[in-house]
Amino acid sequence: MRPLHRLLVGFSLALLTLTLLVGTISAFAFLFPEASNRSIPFYMLRPMHVSAALFWIITGAVSGILIYLPKVYPFAQPSPRVERSFVLLWLSTIGVIFTAYAFKKFGGREYWAFPPWLGIPLLVAWVCLLVVYFRAWRSRSDSPLYVWMWTTGVVAFLATFLEQNLYHIPWFRMSFLRELTVQWKSNGAMVGAWNQMIYGTALFLMVRISGDEKLAKSRSAFFFYFLGLTNLMFNWGHHIYNLPTNHWIRHIAYAITMTEWILLVNIIRGFRAKLASDRKYHYQLPYRFLAASEYWVLANLVLALFMSIPAINRYTHGTHITVAHAMGATIGINTMILLASFGYALKIDRLGSALRKNIAKYFVLVQVFLVIFWLALISAGVLKAWRETVLGMNSFDEIMRPVRVVLYLFAIAGVGLFFSMLPIIRAYWLALKQLGQGAKNVSHNTIQQPMEEQPN
Amino acid sequence: MRAFLLFLCLACAAFTGFVYTSEGPRTEAAPSPAALAGIQLWQDKNCQSCHQLYGLGGYMGPDLTNVARKGDQYMSSFLKSGTERMPNFQLSESEIERICAFLHWVDQSGSARVSADAVHWTGSYIIKP
Ligand code: HEC
Ligand code: HEM
Repeated sequence: MRPLHRLLVGFSLALLTLTLLVGTISAFAFLFPEASNRSIPFYMLRPMHVSAALFWIITGAVSGILIYLPKVYPFAQPSPRVERSFVLLWLSTIGVIFTAYAFKKFGGREYWAFPPWLGIPLLVAWVCLLVVYFRAWRSRSDSPLYVWMWTTGVVAFLATFLEQNLYHIPWFRMSFLRELTVQWKSNGAMVGAWNQMIYGTALFLMVRISGDEKLAKSRSAFFFYFLGLTNLMFNWGHHIYNLPTNHWIRHIAYAITMTEWILLVNIIRGFRAKLASDRKYHYQLPYRFLAASEYWVLANLVLALFMSIPAINRYTHGTHITVAHAMGATIGINTMILLASFGYALKIDRLGSALRKNIAKYFVLVQVFLVIFWLALISAGVLKAWRETVLGMNSFDEIMRPVRVVLYLFAIAGVGLFFSMLPIIRAYWLALKQLGQGAKNVSHNTIQQPMEEQPN
Repeated sequence: MRAFLLFLCLACAAFTGFVYTSEGPRTEAAPSPAALAGIQLWQDKNCQSCHQLYGLGGYMGPDLTNVARKGDQYMSSFLKSGTERMPNFQLSESEIERICAFLHWVDQSGSARVSADAVHWTGSYIIKP
């Protein structure tokens, strides 16, 4: 792996660690605001946590694309200078963003809470990435599906990023409903954009692990790609069902989101085949993360489909069920796929057996804590929905009193998640270090013979 | 496949144009300069990390879409000195006025809660003005 890519992977792993650390602290700051307001207030922790999470996912997704691109396009003209510009600009801007948070400088928009001028270097960096990507892309015409997905992801990210900043044009602020609608149109579609990048990587890995190129060429795979793309473009309205906007925005989002039932049915139909392949590739650690992500897709899809029926959304909107959906998907699906991707790129299957056993053990613990974490958030949300919408309580403090008790369980599960994820991250770090020393030190005693064909 | 992709992109562009220019069932008033300054303060102080508008935002404090109905004095008392849970942002009188103007503008745009009779048999809503 090239040093620049090792830097990207190392930085992404650091972001994951920061996400977990700050998330855990935020959960306690939420429960004990009196104490935290005197030291690190929640309004500083939350943007740090959420930005670290989103940058972990986006940087992790891009790392995968940049690492695998030369394998898909072996004859492409490399663009090392532009690539280096992307990496340095992207990483240093993220550094500045966290420094701004530490000095309580905010842009105060949901998920992208940094001062808006920092969007400019991020934008320039992304354009550099597009240059690198499309230079490689030009060199081959028969693209497998994962390339379509990567392309969709990097382009849609740019479009949604620009749309997120339209509010600087005064006209967009002349109506509060328009301001909020456009903000959530872009936020919603941006999630679709990084999912295209990440699912593209998941498909790439499945093809590599199974050696079956047909997976990325089949008609049904393309059908689900178009289903995903249609949802990326038209389903974001489910975030803002309760806004008194034009009715069509709501109806279209509802209708389009419901097409995802087809995906659910397809997952259930393919379950037997999935179990068989789970058994077949079980000995490969990266595969286990991929397999776990598929279970989390199933769980989160069921939750998301119900939340996206406006009549049910009336109860769930604005409760911790939304947080369960957000973290369930970003941890269960996105983080698991990225850990599979990094595990594959870092060749974790070649680590010493003690480390591999450790990863396997903590992998199970992560899943257990994540289930508790996710169920606790859903329970907190159901309780709030019950008290607020069914019982019609008005006092916020009264509504939240029992909800906070459930959130203790969430916070404790979060601590468990943090401490069970750390040993996995540590093992990845060691693998990264060994790759760095690789050429110099092939005979290092923790490196074993490869068990399978691996990328180089 | 490429034709279908092109079709989707064109449909998305048309839909985007519709979303930007469409209006809801009620006509909204343009914001006063004070309300515009208030939205900026709302962002600079990162109020949305703890509060929601239309159910969107953080979960520590209450939704503030319609808090303006409780009056300026009520809002100011929180903004002046904070509470045990809400920090004191050391806001000046004029900053508090601007935030209140912003919250009034938000309140006039609609209600955060959808009433049960707005639910349509299809499961969607028809929100009346
Ligand atoms: C750290 C979290 C936090 C931040 C940041 C915060 N608040 Fe609050 N706010 C609360 C909590 C919690 C309450 C509920 C009162 C309580 O429990 O003390 C509240 C109550 C309020 C209320 C009264 C609501 C009602 O219906 O009773 C208003 C108005 C308010 N906040 C406005 C703001 C504004 C404006 C900002 C930004 C300048 C802000 N808050 C930032 C936590 C926060
Ligand atoms: C890889 C790990 C994680 C990722 C990717 C992640 C992602 C996210 C995202 C996207 C949100 C925004 C949710 C929303 O607004 O609906 C969020 C919020 C939050 N997360 Fe995490 N998270 C992770 C781990 C954790 C952990 C371990 C904890 C500890 C308990 C935690 C605690 C929180 C809290 C307290 C919030 C704020 C919820 C609120 O506003 O009340 N997170 N996280």
